Amino acid sequence: MGLSKDSMGLKAVDLGFVIKKAHDSDRVITLGGNPNVGKSTVFNELTGLRQHTGNWPGKTVVSVQGNCTYDNTGYVIVDLPGCYSLMAHSTEEEVARDFICFGSADAVIIVCDATCLERSMNLVLQTVEITQNVIVCVNLMDEAKKKKIKIDLQAISKKLGVPVIGTAARSKEGLDDLMDAVAQTIRDSNKSPVQIQYPDYIEVAISDLEPYIKEICEGVMDSRWLSVMLLHGDQDMHGFIEQNLKNNNLTNESIKQTLDEIKKEFTSQGITERQIKDDIVSAIVHTAEEICKDTVILENKNYKNKDSKIDRILTGKWTAFPIMILALLGVFWLTITGANYPSQVISDFLFWIEDQLLIFFKWINTPQFLYEMLVLGVYRVLAWVVSVMLPPMAIFFPLFTLLEDVGFLPRIAFNLDKCFKKCCACGKQALTMCMGFGCNAAGVIGCRIIDSPRERLIAIITNSFVPCNGRYPTLIAIISMFFAGTAGGGTSILSAALLTAVIMLGVFMTFAASKFLSKTVLKGVPSSFSLELPPYRKPQIGKVIIRSVFDRTLFVLGRAVVVAAPTGLVIWIMANVHLGDMTILAHCSGFLDPFARLIGLDGVILLAFILGFPANEIVIPIIIMAYMAKGNILELDNLSVLKQLLVDNGWTWITAISVMLFSLMHWPCSTTLLTIKKETQSLKWTAISVLIPTVMGIGACFVFTTVSRLISGI
Amino acid sequence: MQIINDLSKLEEGKHAFVLDICSSDSMRRRLQDLGLIKGTEVLCVQTSPLGDPAAYLIRGAVIALRHEDSSCVQIQCCEV
Repeated sequence: MGLSKDSMGLKAVDLGFVIKKAHDSDRVITLGGNPNVGKSTVFNELTGLRQHTGNWPGKTVVSVQGNCTYDNTGYVIVDLPGCYSLMAHSTEEEVARDFICFGSADAVIIVCDATCLERSMNLVLQTVEITQNVIVCVNLMDEAKKKKIKIDLQAISKKLGVPVIGTAARSKEGLDDLMDAVAQTIRDSNKSPVQIQYPDYIEVAISDLEPYIKEICEGVMDSRWLSVMLLHGDQDMHGFIEQNLKNNNLTNESIKQTLDEIKKEFTSQGITERQIKDDIVSAIVHTAEEICKDTVILENKNYKNKDSKIDRILTGKWTAFPIMILALLGVFWLTITGANYPSQVISDFLFWIEDQLLIFFKWINTPQFLYEMLVLGVYRVLAWVVSVMLPPMAIFFPLFTLLEDVGFLPRIAFNLDKCFKKCCACGKQALTMCMGFGCNAAGVIGCRIIDSPRERLIAIITNSFVPCNGRYPTLIAIISMFFAGTAGGGTSILSAALLTAVIMLGVFMTFAASKFLSKTVLKGVPSSFSLELPPYRKPQIGKVIIRSVFDRTLFVLGRAVVVAAPTGLVIWIMANVHLGDMTILAHCSGFLDPFARLIGLDGVILLAFILGFPANEIVIPIIIMAYMAKGNILELDNLSVLKQLLVDNGWTWITAISVMLFSLMHWPCSTTLLTIKKETQSLKWTAISVLIPTVMGIGACFVFTTVSRLISGI
Repeated sequence: MQIINDLSKLEEGKHAFVLDICSSDSMRRRLQDLGLIKGTEVLCVQTSPLGDPAAYLIRGAVIALRHEDSSCVQIQCCEV
């Protein structure tokens, strides 16, 4: 879901290469590592920030930075997106490599997964080739201990020639040692880290090439590494040599000449470019193997058994889909049931305050229009938003975060991948879809985990087909009023089931829209796909609850309130200022009415959706205010009164379903659209992101309304 | 008995060793980054409920690969 104050970038800012030091003497540390090894947790614990964490690869898609002080030294810590290699195959890897090469960091911490150390070692070795100031942080030591994996950190440190520190960042273990090692590494200039031995023919070529390279990159970059990169055929590197290093045309020419000679020599020996690349990669992998041999001991060879047992159920042929649906149903049921009571209490309380406010304003002789505007306009909308949104979010967010922390989301992607493949899209779209449940804007940013630009666009454009938490209150309220009844215990199960059905329709529409896009404007075949299924981790329940309530719920609520207050004012003015014999609101809704009727809504509802553009949360409050402005003054203290108000204004079950369909499929909210514009850098794709859901929504509502009117005769 | 085959045909719960990776450049690199090179041992852990993709245990990590991608990896099955 990934939406919190910090991940929206209010505190930790994605600044690219601009490093914000608090003092000039601050040291810069880069934090790198494979995806999903707990890098963000290490970052949070070191800096005290609240970067979003979760058990799935790719949640950190932007580099963020934060500050910390240790032993009277200030540090700027830059958290890079996770990557497996520095060979720069994807944007994230390019960012990581560039930062480590040219980011002028004083030290690089590579975070490794203790339960999967050999794989992490690949990145460590590549980093050690570039810079000597590397500290290896073997994180998740607690998980490794549980799985009976014994790691000899000292022996590994000896083999690598750089400090290796074991940590369990979630419980803050080992972080002091880590910072000690960082300080030590920066002070100490005499280091001799391990050197990777390449096959002889490559070593000969390196020794031919290196002297020239040394001339231009002395003291700036490791000449051996640069030589290897040039032999590897990395085209970017030529550009770098020209741009970033001492510009010496003579040397550049000799480098090119030597390279050409080496290549000729290789060709005459029958060595292909592919073989050179393979041999370079293999040398690194074999070195990693060598380092972990004898130093990582699996005392329990079957430590994966528990995970595969769970996987056999969660991704089993007959169980996977029922379990996914049940999980969704369960989350919604708990949310709806749990939210009922506190919603009632909060709303009673807030409307009691409304009465007191009215009494107060009358007592101080405020003009009637002013207090009505403030209380019945601004305050009432606020009260609705808070009492309806707060309790479900305070329950939904922690539940969802728990699923996320355990490691359930990648399994959903694994289960659904074939459907996405049929739509020529990427299976990781399932992950961005899940993030969309929290907030579509966060989901759109999350689409960066998808490598293929075509598939990323599909994921971005279709993200708003899953309802974000701003739309749940609308859906839940309508379901409870019109379909599940408002009282009794068994009805919440029915509500949850209906909501699940709506979500499944949204998912289905995502597939349909993805397929449509890949057959029309975004033609193409599915690209290659690999997704890591991380081991299950026991979530820290207490932390999850505190984090999701304080970081996400209150943030989302705060945003809704900020939007709702001025909108409340605008609506009140529209509903109370008369132009001719009608209010402005009546003029607008009257204008929209004929069209809105065609798709099963009415002018007021359509107007509410249009005014709800800044935030979908306020659609229902706008509808209520508009109806109430027609003269019925009501105490809206529970849903049955609200239902009466809606029915009095001509709502039927057809209207209710049309509103739900339209809520599921219409233009994305302003925040999401701005994010789409930013991510795609294109007005065209932003416009398509508006058009596709809107056209599909209008179409679905029209077809549904026409058919059901014919059948029912309403 | 040793059989040469491609990874997509590896049955659930069976081990094999990689002989060669014939995928296109970008996928080759990605697999290599995960430590999948000639000689690496692979275990097919699980097939997804719709039959594709399948999850493989590669150097301690479980990686899901689609049929198209895994069929480009030549393997030699272990003796049973």
